[in-house]
Amino acid sequence: MTAIAPGTTPSSSPRSSAARARLLRSLLPALSLALVLLAIAWLNPRAISYFGFSLMLNLAIPIALATIAQMFVIAGNELDLSIGTFVGFVGCVTATWLKDAPLLGVVVLLGSIGVYALLGALIHLRNLPSIVVTLGMSFVWQGLAILVLPKPGGKAPDWLLGLMAFKPPFIPFPIIAALVIAAVVHFGLMRTSYGVILRGSGGNPAALRRAGWSLLRTKIVLFALTGLFGVLSGMALIGITTSADANIGNGYTLLAIAGVILGGGEFVGGRVSPIGAVLGALTLALAASPLLTFMHIPPDWQVAANGAILIIVLAARVLISRRER
Amino acid sequence: MALLRTLVAKPWIWSFLGALLVWLATISFTGGYGGGGMVTAALSLAVFTVIVGVGQMFVITLGPGNVDLSLPANIGLASAVAMKVMGGSDSMIVVGLLAALACGAAIGAVNYLLIWALRIPPIIATLSASFIIQSIDISYGRGLQIKPPPGFADFANWQILGIPVLAILTVLFTIAAAIALQRMIYGRSVLAIGQNIRAAWLAGVNVGRTRFLTYTLSGALGGIDGALLAGYFRGANVDIGNEYLLASIAVVVIGGTSVAGGKANVPGVWGAALFLVLLLTMLNTFGVSAGVRLLLTGLIIVGVITVAGGEKALR
Repeated sequence: MTAIAPGTTPSSSPRSSAARARLLRSLLPALSLALVLLAIAWLNPRAISYFGFSLMLNLAIPIALATIAQMFVIAGNELDLSIGTFVGFVGCVTATWLKDAPLLGVVVLLGSIGVYALLGALIHLRNLPSIVVTLGMSFVWQGLAILVLPKPGGKAPDWLLGLMAFKPPFIPFPIIAALVIAAVVHFGLMRTSYGVILRGSGGNPAALRRAGWSLLRTKIVLFALTGLFGVLSGMALIGITTSADANIGNGYTLLAIAGVILGGGEFVGGRVSPIGAVLGALTLALAASPLLTFMHIPPDWQVAANGAILIIVLAARVLISRRER
Repeated sequence: MALLRTLVAKPWIWSFLGALLVWLATISFTGGYGGGGMVTAALSLAVFTVIVGVGQMFVITLGPGNVDLSLPANIGLASAVAMKVMGGSDSMIVVGLLAALACGAAIGAVNYLLIWALRIPPIIATLSASFIIQSIDISYGRGLQIKPPPGFADFANWQILGIPVLAILTVLFTIAAAIALQRMIYGRSVLAIGQNIRAAWLAGVNVGRTRFLTYTLSGALGGIDGALLAGYFRGANVDIGNEYLLASIAVVVIGGTSVAGGKANVPGVWGAALFLVLLLTMLNTFGVSAGVRLLLTGLIIVGVITVAGGEKALR
């Protein structure tokens, strides 16, 4: 059971309660999001509108992209504690070089994806703990970000500003973007044959190696994908905030891990869900600030709300899993 | 020669060699000036990393996946609690220290409760807990007059013949920790669980209690560290513990403790902590900018791990 995308597993044997529990479990990310939306609608009905969603989900796109980035490393049984500072570094490059010297900017961003691929190779070849390596890398990215942009400032390229300010009819842009991201990654990771190999490298590396697949290559691909989505996240963030700061992405490391777990991902065994991860990111984006504001809870407790949601969802999952056995 | 050979075989010797090398590089840069003062400063700063490092070491020794990510938030909250309880008066120092200890231990106990009750990986449990602790700290610490009592600040900065008293006390503490690890039932249980949790359980080790004690110990050490930091820097703030997430994990790994669990190394924590502090001092002495300093720190940590690593991953 690796596919835990909501709605894709109508149980084949309706009599077994295990199958029902499994379905319930796969619906958990969607249920948590629905619950948060209901709470917002109940507290402030006016927020449920085109304008309201555009405003509330303002930062959801970069968060969702960072969450997807984190999901790829988690699919390979690793963890990236540097994704936040990496997003910050990409933001600084986007607001400076990508605008002033687009060619240099593109080369630097592609190079940073290459660095991620190399990290994957290094972690696999030397059998290193990814937690420590990426913690070290978080300092590297932060240092580079400060070197690129010593003081907050810079400006996003105009095409990026235009893209992020896009206002489609009827459905707010963040929702469309979230749907597209979820669909593309779901197809790539859950529906293609190499996607199965990638998830298998986390699920059962020994079996995969015996079947003749290169674990070095899967790890490199997973880390490169993390780098790619990290770059997209940083660019999207700067498209919204219009200028950058070396510390702009620092909060994303923990937010991204929380989003993956909230979306039904597991730490071991390649059990991840792209749709769930995007839903998890949206839940966190909504619960962290709009919900608290409507509940008149001071912003001090924003971080705590993330922690509390994580614990509640995990507790619900334990209750369901108990029935799954 | 035999002595040299046994020394080289010790995994902790490399971290001390690294620290020595960095120190020599710095004093050769300054032309021998300030070498002694540098050691004093390095000792006083390394103390804080060693205290949380030992706690983190016990947690990591429990086996793959065990790590305490709540230490920075824990240190921040405990420093605020300690300063609030002391309230700037010398007579309350001991009470304040006990309050910080209790606050940290409670956080550690909650961490284990989450791991046990929700059956989630310790990384996620300590992460969720740290979110909540952080918020409590921000909301509790706001508008507080957070200055240590003069007696406590003097104690935290007290030196005898250039040797910080806190460093001497911490050396005694690490010796006790080494004895607890190698000679006491608790320490042997931690090592046994790290080597093979199932075998340890079958051999009659009380796995649940040992893990509970270890997380509580790590939390308590974080708490006492927070109080001492606030005393040393003459004030508490929310961000005071931030750098100790990387530092606590890095000193454990660089110090020769196995990230796969089951093999711990107490002296290595000291060597690695001195190495990290001296490294920062060296970069500051060379006059590099903040960006370059962060960049080099990160690269050197990744480099050292690459050279020293090669065992099964942490998770």
